[in-house]
Amino acid sequence: MAYMGKQDREDADTSEYMLRLFITGSTPNSIRAVSNIRQICETYLKGRYSLEIIDVYQEPGLAQQEQIVALPLLIKKRPLPQRKLIGDLSEVDKILKILDVNKDNG
Amino acid sequence: MARLTKNKHEQTLAKKPTGITGFDEITGGGLPEARPSLICGEAGAGKTLFSIEFIIRGAIEFGEPGVIMTFEEKADDLEKNVLSLGFDLKKLQKQGLVWIDHVHIDRTEIEETGEYDLDGLFIRLGHAIDSIGAKRVMLDTIENLFSGLSNEGILRAELRRLFGWLKEKGVTTIITAERGQNSLTRQGLEEYVSDCVILLEHRVINHISTRLLRVVKYRGSLHGTNEYPFLIDEEGFSVLPVTSLKLDNNVSPQRISSGIPTLDAMLGGNGFFRGSSILVSGTAGTGKTSIASYFADASCKRKERCLYFAFEESPKQITRNMKSIGIDLQKHVDAGLLEIHSSRPTLYGLEMHLVAMHKVIKKFKPRTVIIDPITNLITIGSMSEVKSMLIRLIDFLQSENITVIFTALVFEKEATTQTDEGVSSLVDAWVLVRDLESNGERNRGIYIMKSRGMEHSNQVREFVIRDTGLELIDVYQGPNGILVGSARRAQELTEATGMELRTHAMSRKDREVERKRMVLEAKIASLREEFESVQDELNRTFLEEELTNSIMAKNRQDLSNNRTNRKPGNGKRK
Repeated sequence: MAYMGKQDREDADTSEYMLRLFITGSTPNSIRAVSNIRQICETYLKGRYSLEIIDVYQEPGLAQQEQIVALPLLIKKRPLPQRKLIGDLSEVDKILKILDVNKDNG
Repeated sequence: MARLTKNKHEQTLAKKPTGITGFDEITGGGLPEARPSLICGEAGAGKTLFSIEFIIRGAIEFGEPGVIMTFEEKADDLEKNVLSLGFDLKKLQKQGLVWIDHVHIDRTEIEETGEYDLDGLFIRLGHAIDSIGAKRVMLDTIENLFSGLSNEGILRAELRRLFGWLKEKGVTTIITAERGQNSLTRQGLEEYVSDCVILLEHRVINHISTRLLRVVKYRGSLHGTNEYPFLIDEEGFSVLPVTSLKLDNNVSPQRISSGIPTLDAMLGGNGFFRGSSILVSGTAGTGKTSIASYFADASCKRKERCLYFAFEESPKQITRNMKSIGIDLQKHVDAGLLEIHSSRPTLYGLEMHLVAMHKVIKKFKPRTVIIDPITNLITIGSMSEVKSMLIRLIDFLQSENITVIFTALVFEKEATTQTDEGVSSLVDAWVLVRDLESNGERNRGIYIMKSRGMEHSNQVREFVIRDTGLELIDVYQGPNGILVGSARRAQELTEATGMELRTHAMSRKDREVERKRMVLEAKIASLREEFESVQDELNRTFLEEELTNSIMAKNRQDLSNNRTNRKPGNGKRK
């Protein structure tokens, strides 16, 4: 399964911030979420992150395994604790707080 | 009936049978096909079980795979819960007939940052439906989303979209929801699910709980609007459509014996009509149960199955007690002809009793049913409730052409013609056993108060229970009213004595006559003797006379001969 491949990649990944974004094709929310998270990462976490974007439409089996209900969904796998964020990621301040990123550090 | 109604509605609204006993009858075929239906009720009302049965029975009985999406219980818990009802969810999942998805959503784990939708849920559901080709879906309890996600505006819009999408998918869906304070559901889901809404209730009256089901709404279909009691037992969910609206049951002219020949004789000689309802009422200890047992015995002897619902005694007690009056019920139990169901009336509510009886009757298929006594049901319901329950029970039994005997306890102080259930107007025949108290003892009198459609005796009979059995004896109609018991025995003895005396007197007179006759006859004989001796005397004289005459004549002849016939020849001697 494709998902197992990702699991392997996950182990190999040594970035400080490991993020995974689940989206649904090219719905407005998804497009906004992708551009929002890219911008946040590039601005505040440049070089310290890995971002994986998964289209749930392509892998519907994943939805049950990952307990996905609302989309878009961003999962912060590292650093621990693991956090889940839903929405188009437009509230930058809130996201930075949850990701535990110091705005001034950026 | 269900099938008929179903056919009638097929042009307008297709329905999916749920397979739940009784429910398809109420709704005329089941839930609306390819539409969402809402099941609401308080916690523990049976929403989840109803939905799961819909899915499982759909899979097993109708070959339609189903998706169970649970927002509360984990799949493992769910499997364990329904295993006790005999459904193996694991096996069904392996066979690809059921797909279980547990949706876990926790507000503390999730942060909301901007606009979102529930596409994840759609994808999960869509994947599940497509994977097994599901025709049925259950969402239990989707309202939990509201506690997991805070943006109500989005949720409402998404749920509306979800129900629309499910319709498009062509799956029949059950959505469960908790009952709200002033509305059917906490989140007002009934606004979105407009086709069919079913309300489950759990009502406790006098510490006794009754489960009730009501079809609140069923767009485009006729449905029963009453509250129907339902039962959850080891075989799952069963609803009972207990109100038949029509009085059009078939009737039978066949008569069946009550088991007591003398009672049959009082009923025009043939006993009760088959399929009729009979009430045996009486004060405590008047032998109501004995009459009922005789009926059971007679029924079993005809090789007809009999079902005995006992609310006072255990099966063993009944068989033991009845043995003392010469009925062996155990034999019939062993032969499978008799089934005795004992339960305390307080075990559950009236409606539940009705459902339970209904179930057992459907299963055992008896020809005769005994309910002993109905009076005890009063302890768990008001008179009007008991009456309405009995009406429905009688209706049901008549439609099945089952003869039923109710026994009812009448309290001494009340007018004896009144049964407290007021069921006397419902039954076809009413036998009253009454205490007749006189001369310091109590005896039983039996009357036929009514018996529809047959000639019946208007007389009181004395009802005697002996170790050989029951017997009805004509009572004495004396100058001081009717005589029963010892008084009757005394009267019988008096009469027997009188009879003896009379016969004695008669024989003495007979002997007198005999003697007179003998005396007279003796007299006649002596007179005859006398007459004979006189006759003899006279005869003798007469004979002598004649003899003398004849001798004289002869002598005269001889003399003359001697004179005229002197011839020489005679002188040869010379």
